[in-house]
Amino acid sequence: MQEIKENNVRSEEDSQPAVVITNMNKWYGKFHVLRDINLTVSNREKIVICGPSGSGKSTLIRCINRLEEHQSGSIVVEGTELSSDLKNIDLIRSEVGMCFQHFNLFPHLSVLENCTLAPIWVRKIPRHEAEETAMHFLEKVKIPDQALKYPGQLSGGQQQRVAIARSLCMKPRIMLFDEPTSALDPEMIKEVLDTMIELAEEGMTMLCVTHEMGFARQVADRVIFMDDGQIVESNAPEEFFNNPQSERTKLFLSQILGH
Amino acid sequence: MSSLSFVRETMLPSSTPPTMEGSVIGWVRYNLFNGPFNSILTLLFGAFIVFIMYEILPWVFLSSWTATSLQECRDTIALVHGEGTTGACWAVIRERYLQLFYGFYPRELYWRVNLTFLFMLVALAPVLFPKLPRQLLYFTGIYPFLGYWLLWGGTIWTPFLTFAGLIVAFLVLNFISEKRGLLLGVITGILLIVIWFVFGVIPVAGLFNNALPLGIEIVESDQFGGFTLSVIIGSSGIAASLPIGILLALGRKSDLFIVKSLCVGFIEFIRGVPLITLLFVASTLLNYFMPPGTNFDIILRVVIMVTLFSSAYMAEVIRGGLAALPKGQYEAGDALGLDYWKSMRLIILPQALKVSIPGIVSTYIGLFKDTTLVSIIGLLDPIGLSGAIRSDTAWNGIVWELYAFVAVIFFVFCFAMSRYSIYLEKKLETGHR
Ligand SMILES: Nc1ncnc2c1ncn2[C@@H]1O[C@H](COP(=O)(O)OP(=O)(O)O)[C@@H](O)[C@H]1O
Ligand SMILES: [Mg+2]
Repeated sequence: MQEIKENNVRSEEDSQPAVVITNMNKWYGKFHVLRDINLTVSNREKIVICGPSGSGKSTLIRCINRLEEHQSGSIVVEGTELSSDLKNIDLIRSEVGMCFQHFNLFPHLSVLENCTLAPIWVRKIPRHEAEETAMHFLEKVKIPDQALKYPGQLSGGQQQRVAIARSLCMKPRIMLFDEPTSALDPEMIKEVLDTMIELAEEGMTMLCVTHEMGFARQVADRVIFMDDGQIVESNAPEEFFNNPQSERTKLFLSQILGH
Repeated sequence: MSSLSFVRETMLPSSTPPTMEGSVIGWVRYNLFNGPFNSILTLLFGAFIVFIMYEILPWVFLSSWTATSLQECRDTIALVHGEGTTGACWAVIRERYLQLFYGFYPRELYWRVNLTFLFMLVALAPVLFPKLPRQLLYFTGIYPFLGYWLLWGGTIWTPFLTFAGLIVAFLVLNFISEKRGLLLGVITGILLIVIWFVFGVIPVAGLFNNALPLGIEIVESDQFGGFTLSVIIGSSGIAASLPIGILLALGRKSDLFIVKSLCVGFIEFIRGVPLITLLFVASTLLNYFMPPGTNFDIILRVVIMVTLFSSAYMAEVIRGGLAALPKGQYEAGDALGLDYWKSMRLIILPQALKVSIPGIVSTYIGLFKDTTLVSIIGLLDPIGLSGAIRSDTAWNGIVWELYAFVAVIFFVFCFAMSRYSIYLEKKLETGHR
């Protein structure tokens, strides 16, 4: 993580925002899933995105690394606009890490190989160097002793931490999280959240879709509420939780905080 | 009230599970005589097996190994085992086994076939067993050319120049893909190879051979036969149909309309046509399309047809494996910035192929057994040879012995493949799901 901090400090483009989304729209067939999205994420900003199921949260963050294609408007990530140019897409994907709800680790590779695969093949880093980096991040997520096991032999919480380490090994400038804790048993949620909190404290730019409101209060610079494919409300966490403006936000908060 | 409240005072230590009854009698009782119905079934099937053995074993063992004709064989059996015994006449195998193995390959050159077979095992070893040193794969790479040269003979320059041509074409492909994109690179590479094969190799090899004659005695394709022929066709088909099948399966899942339609069309066409038809096309029809005077080797033609045939099946088997992977695997590869081919090679295919192993091996076994169909277009594989032997006056009337022998040899090959696939599945198990 030290390296990334330094990277960011050294970077001449440090002042430019990490992600700029302007007037972005997306349809699945006829279904208008994202409507006129405008969002600017500055460097090292931590954003939590929440909203009812089906409101388009996953689709939004998946557009940022082009797992989904948007149809109008523009998305600029670290100064590079997402277009259908494959070179741009691969470049952006190697700068943006992503963690999924179901981890999506590669079951046929050991934990260590999961972590070294992309650095070796995308970044062209020598194997031993990639392994050193991988061990460094596996220590950071507190599972260096599992390095030689296969994902199928780990608990859910451990798997998600491996997934985080795997993304970090690419030294990304932005991390996307899509409900990283919602497939986990309650006792494992904390270990994953702790890892994410640590990451946030080190200055990573993060966009997290999550309903862990404690996490949002603790680390988020901004909380965004989505409904029906739109950004309905966006505010600092204190304001957002204590003084929601929109009726939809109030209803949503009462539902998830009410019990 | 008291039934609702319970507090455990001492925690139970873990204990070992109760052992199954270890004795033989226990096993027999549990597996064979578990209740009256199962006992009756066991007895019935036991009686059936005894009956079959009673009929077959005397035929197998009250037999003759030394004779030069069927009549002599029958006489010997009658003499040794008593009048009326109808034992097998294994003498035919003893007389003709060389032919069944080598066809009409010149006797003094059998060592070349043996050496090729031995080299094949060496070339296969690093592919089958990843623990072996990876350097052996270089040998695997040159083996097809070496094997071809050993079997057919002739100047060494032909296989050498073919190999060199492939390497040059690959380097050009790499170079152009880096500079101008993959598509152009692949097209140029394939074009180069085709031009080189059709127009370049033979004349240039002739020139080289004049300058430096290096070669061994030529053996013509019509001298090939027996299990040698089956193994040549089978192993070439097996080696070539997996990569082609993978490309077809990926093409069928592609977003590119033309690629997809071509692959679907090819797969559906080939699967819809009997292999026999394709073999007839290979043996007769193709000659009409070739420029007159060209000699397109019959074995090569058959290998191409068999390969195309089984790669269509292979493609469908692998497509099943691809479909079994969760979408998340593709997404995780994409999200890490791996391009299409890297993500296929490193993430998708290793998993999809692992799931497809049983289907792939079934296709292989089917392919290997289907090589016997070449007897219909007049090639003398073991089945074709059996026909020839049976029409020899000395052995006229012999049936079971020959086919039983052929069946046993085929069974050994196929059973080996099946066992290997089980071994491989176990080895690749990583505790997933
Ligand atoms: N591949 C797809 N094709 C069609 N509709 C989809 C697809 N993926 C998601 N949707 C729809 O888009 C909407 C938003 O989905 P998603 O972004 O996953 O919501 P969220 O993550 O907020 O629960 C949902 O109504 C969902 O049914
Ligand atoms: Mg979602």
